[in-house]
Amino acid sequence: MLQLVVSLTIYLVMVIPVGAYLYHIMAGKRTFADPVFDRIDRVIYKVGGIHAEKQMDWKQYAGALILTNGVMMILSYLVLRLQNLLFFNPNGIGAMAPDLSFNTIISFMTNTNLQHYAGESGLSYLSQMLVITFMMFVSAASGYAACAAFIRGLTGQSKTSLGNFYADLVRITTRILIPFSIVGGLLLVWQGVPQNLSGNIVVDTLEGTKQVIASGPVAALEIIKHLGTNGGGFLGANSATPIENPTVLTNLIEMYSMMLLPGACVIAFGKMARDGRSRRMADNALPVHREGLTAKLLGREGRSIFLAMSILFVIGLGLCYWAECQGNPALAAVGLNQSMGSMEGKEMRFGVTLSSLFTTVTTSFTTGTVNNMHDTLTPLGGLVPMLHMMLNVVFGGKGVGLMNMILYAILAVFICGLMVGRTPEYLGKKIEGREMKLTALCIIIHPLLILVFSALAIGTTAGQAGITNGGFHGLSQILYEFASSAANNGSGFEGLADNTLFWNITTGLAMFFGRYLSIVIQLAIVGSLMKKRSVNESAGTLQTSTVSFAVILVFVVYIFAALTFFPALALGPIAEHLTLWG
Amino acid sequence: MSKHSKKQSITPEMLREALKGSFQKLNPRYMMKNPVMFVVEVGFFVTLLLSFFPNLFGGNNEGLRIYNIIVSVILFVTVLFANFAESVAEGRGKAQAASLKKTQKDTEAHVLDENGSIRTVSSSELKKGDIVLVKAGEIIPGDGEVIEGIASVDESAITGESAPVVRENGGDFCSVTGGTTVVSDWLKIEITSDPGHSFLDRMISLVEGASRKKTPNEIALNTLLVSLTIIFLIVIVTLYPIGLYTGVELSTSTLIALMVCLIPTTIGGLLSAIGIAGMDRVTQFNVIAMSGKAVEACGDVDTMILDKTGTITFGNRLAADFLPVQGADKKELIRCAVLTCFHDSTPEGKSTLDLARKLGDTTEEPISSQFYEFTAQSRMSGLDLADGTSIRKGASDAIIRYAQQQGGKIPTDLQEHVEKVSSLGGTPLVVCKNSQILGVIYLKDTVKPGMRERFERLRAIGIKTVMCTGDNPLTAATIAEEAGVDGFVAECKPEDKIAVIRKEQADGKIVAMTGDGTNDAPALAQANVGLAMNSGTTAAKEAANMVDLDSDPTKILEVVEIGKQLLITRGSLTTFSIANDIAKYFAIIPAMFMAAIPQLGVLNIMHLASTNSAILSALIFNALIIPALIPLAMKGVKYRPMSSGKMLARNMLIYGLGGVITPFIGIKLIDLVISPLLLMIGL
Repeated sequence: MLQLVVSLTIYLVMVIPVGAYLYHIMAGKRTFADPVFDRIDRVIYKVGGIHAEKQMDWKQYAGALILTNGVMMILSYLVLRLQNLLFFNPNGIGAMAPDLSFNTIISFMTNTNLQHYAGESGLSYLSQMLVITFMMFVSAASGYAACAAFIRGLTGQSKTSLGNFYADLVRITTRILIPFSIVGGLLLVWQGVPQNLSGNIVVDTLEGTKQVIASGPVAALEIIKHLGTNGGGFLGANSATPIENPTVLTNLIEMYSMMLLPGACVIAFGKMARDGRSRRMADNALPVHREGLTAKLLGREGRSIFLAMSILFVIGLGLCYWAECQGNPALAAVGLNQSMGSMEGKEMRFGVTLSSLFTTVTTSFTTGTVNNMHDTLTPLGGLVPMLHMMLNVVFGGKGVGLMNMILYAILAVFICGLMVGRTPEYLGKKIEGREMKLTALCIIIHPLLILVFSALAIGTTAGQAGITNGGFHGLSQILYEFASSAANNGSGFEGLADNTLFWNITTGLAMFFGRYLSIVIQLAIVGSLMKKRSVNESAGTLQTSTVSFAVILVFVVYIFAALTFFPALALGPIAEHLTLWG
Repeated sequence: MSKHSKKQSITPEMLREALKGSFQKLNPRYMMKNPVMFVVEVGFFVTLLLSFFPNLFGGNNEGLRIYNIIVSVILFVTVLFANFAESVAEGRGKAQAASLKKTQKDTEAHVLDENGSIRTVSSSELKKGDIVLVKAGEIIPGDGEVIEGIASVDESAITGESAPVVRENGGDFCSVTGGTTVVSDWLKIEITSDPGHSFLDRMISLVEGASRKKTPNEIALNTLLVSLTIIFLIVIVTLYPIGLYTGVELSTSTLIALMVCLIPTTIGGLLSAIGIAGMDRVTQFNVIAMSGKAVEACGDVDTMILDKTGTITFGNRLAADFLPVQGADKKELIRCAVLTCFHDSTPEGKSTLDLARKLGDTTEEPISSQFYEFTAQSRMSGLDLADGTSIRKGASDAIIRYAQQQGGKIPTDLQEHVEKVSSLGGTPLVVCKNSQILGVIYLKDTVKPGMRERFERLRAIGIKTVMCTGDNPLTAATIAEEAGVDGFVAECKPEDKIAVIRKEQADGKIVAMTGDGTNDAPALAQANVGLAMNSGTTAAKEAANMVDLDSDPTKILEVVEIGKQLLITRGSLTTFSIANDIAKYFAIIPAMFMAAIPQLGVLNIMHLASTNSAILSALIFNALIIPALIPLAMKGVKYRPMSSGKMLARNMLIYGLGGVITPFIGIKLIDLVISPLLLMIGL
């Protein structure tokens, strides 16, 4: 318990300055590091032919994002298909199959990092660097760029423009992802994570057998894998292996690096919303709220969103931790001591506490990296990561979680706004038919992808072939896979035999639509909101910066998102749990 | 809500009509307008088919026949209840329209031809521009403006107010409405509307709901409800294969039952009733809203522009004293004041005359003089006598300017008098003869009782009040202080009102105002909510989006509250409807799977008797909650002014938490009642 509290407290201390820094980047404000980065950026703009000052409306912005991502997908697809002919392939890996390449490319471009291959046997070092590591940067930067544009539009920085996508992409990469990665990567190397281009090492073990120990540019991938909430491991077993995640310290570094930026996004949002409000109120003698400490640090609007996300997170973490601590009654029945909790599929160096924390973090922050096998979590312990991917708003990865949460905030505002006797408004903009239509559409996409594809998988032999455990757990495996795809999380239940044509194609589609449809619709919503005239704020206006709004937001998320999945969850993990303990 | 409202209870006949209406509305083409209930109707058709052919979708389901019949009946009743809610709401509107129609009887009209002869035609043949003569005891044949004469008119047919009102040529009391009766004297009226387009005609169609369009907020809410319906449709369709995998074959009617329970039927069924009832509540207040949008906008009002006169104060500013300046004779002041008053029919003028007579003045009406009426621009009135003497009375700054133009000097103690009157809350009316300022008439104005408390209430819900008055700043400040408004605009001309509205709107505020004069029309049109007085001019009524039949400007305050109440009712019932889903899940999900997976029985926290009774109880609850909430939908959620935070907490507690708990209790009770019945018929 203490371990959990201390870890999360340290996080809170760290996220605030990072949030402030991110705010300066997103809002285009000056930072101490500008003299260096401005020069670097100018060179990149020049080489890339980018006109950073050209402003884009939401259509141009979304178009630029999709076009850039599309071109990268095509190029990367070629690299994977031709990796056997290219250099940096000391282990002599062959070309990747077309359907697996399709899946892998979408998976990494959409920041999902669902891996239907094992890195050590499926990718050359060139592919690891040029496709995997590269995309980890670009996909994360694309997500944050979309988020930055979203926040700018929402908080009313301009009436027409969301900024420039290319400039955002470059600024986020050079000013956040690369510097943070260098620091974090060096820390990982210090803790023993390999970073080289040599081939795998084959050693004779004490038992006299031969063992292959993986090697390669691991640390570089490892840090961006977390920082960009990507999650695709260098090795099949991901951060559970001592190569990727050797010590408790690296475990913490990896955890914090996936938690930092999504949390910081909320803070940046809060601060930009505050700027927006003071802009709106500039020539309006309105009572200025006296800001408390938390409001100062997080921004009033950011604080309530952060609080709502934290409540969801803590509830999930609590359930997961509790469930894992209970151990497994079936194993207890055959005489295995369960006093350490359910240790099946967990690393001794992490134990139940750090495993359940890592599990909740990786699925809440939609990273998808694992330090234990989620397939072997207790049923309720496994329900939490699944649920958090279904909600896709518990911080979420690369800014997308914030964008999704804002949609739920719009829903909450719509209902609550009516209840205080005004037509609904959020951040000074009226929520009307068009916004509701888009919000509703965006909220439908997620259950549509997860449930329809799950039903398809469970109803077809090709789909059912992937199930390695029958019964309720098999349903959990399928639900988990599609929840992970649609939420662009990428964490695998790992039990599923998923490298088949059916699974490669279906999850590929789920990832693609889960990512791009959502982003386009979300940008369309702010595109519509930003054009509106700001409305006045008075004592009769619904306050969205309060604790009670945060609580209502939690309920709205649970009722709209969780209840949708309740029947499926009842038949999967809940039925499994009740049968196990029944 | 106040003494104004005409209580209109629901009569048995209205219920009969509503019942008939709820069957007529079953037409799928009509139902399609309400997608949530349309889905229920489709579900009904499917289960009905399954009642006749249980094996329609394959398998051997003969045993499900009775179950299917019960489900289809409940679904049918659910749709009927929703239609009934809408019909009842419409019924009330129709009843009001019928009483209005009665006044629209065909009457005889005496049209004055250009050559002065009178011909009698039917009122339905009257055209715009016709001039009619109406004598005492006759009904005014159409909407129009008085061009000659003065008469008292009984407008109770429209306003319900039995005291007759005075209608006369010129000013803001010249407008008459067809269907009202002249009780004394006579009027010459120019007809201003063509047949079928009179104010009454439009009112009837509005009240009847014939021209009802969905408001923007209703459309947005409907989108939300439709999207929820789609989500649950996805849940249900995918649940079948998922259930099959775990070894449960779900029957079609059970899936339909689950879906109908989960989609927001409660609010879907009541949504249009809430809208109609909201309009209706406004109508009961004797205010006709031109659209539902206008009522909705009321809820959002941030600023109210209120005329001081008539709204905040009684407006009959009566002369209380004559205050001559130094060097002027009081008798002369009174004489001049009286001279300006013979043609001045305003209460100010009349009371000045009365006071003068009381003080013993006997000045006769001058012959062949030129009278200058008070206008909002000149802000003075007066006359030029035959000998060229010009006498004026009016606002102090206007008269000072006038006197200065004539080359006069401003008496040193004038300002003192003016300020003294102002500080007493009165209005100083300065009188001058040619270039000489004689003194001040002290007009007293009284703030209506209870205004302070009302503004207090408005402030609590974040509405700012701005008082507009033609008075000087000091007078305005005194009255503003006494009435407790947030701001005031003194020496306000009609153009200033528009400027104030525009300025507020530029800050993103929603502005409401009342007005009656023709020069208020542009401002009424500019405001988001414009409430015109029925006594006002046609131009004002055309420009406004609401008309108050009682011509009581203070009613804007209540109308705003009705607007808010409408939105709150909508939000609260939506919350209630969605919150209900939690209990329904806990009733139905374990019931559906308990047979195949007995462990799921743990989720049956209500301990419902059997699978069938659990599903049917939830379904019955879902149906019954609609009629149970009709009274609330019609009356509206209780509204008390308080801060948004408190109001949210309160309504969330009642309708959110209540919405979670109520169905748990309701479903359990229904289960207790029906489970023995189901046992008897072998289910």
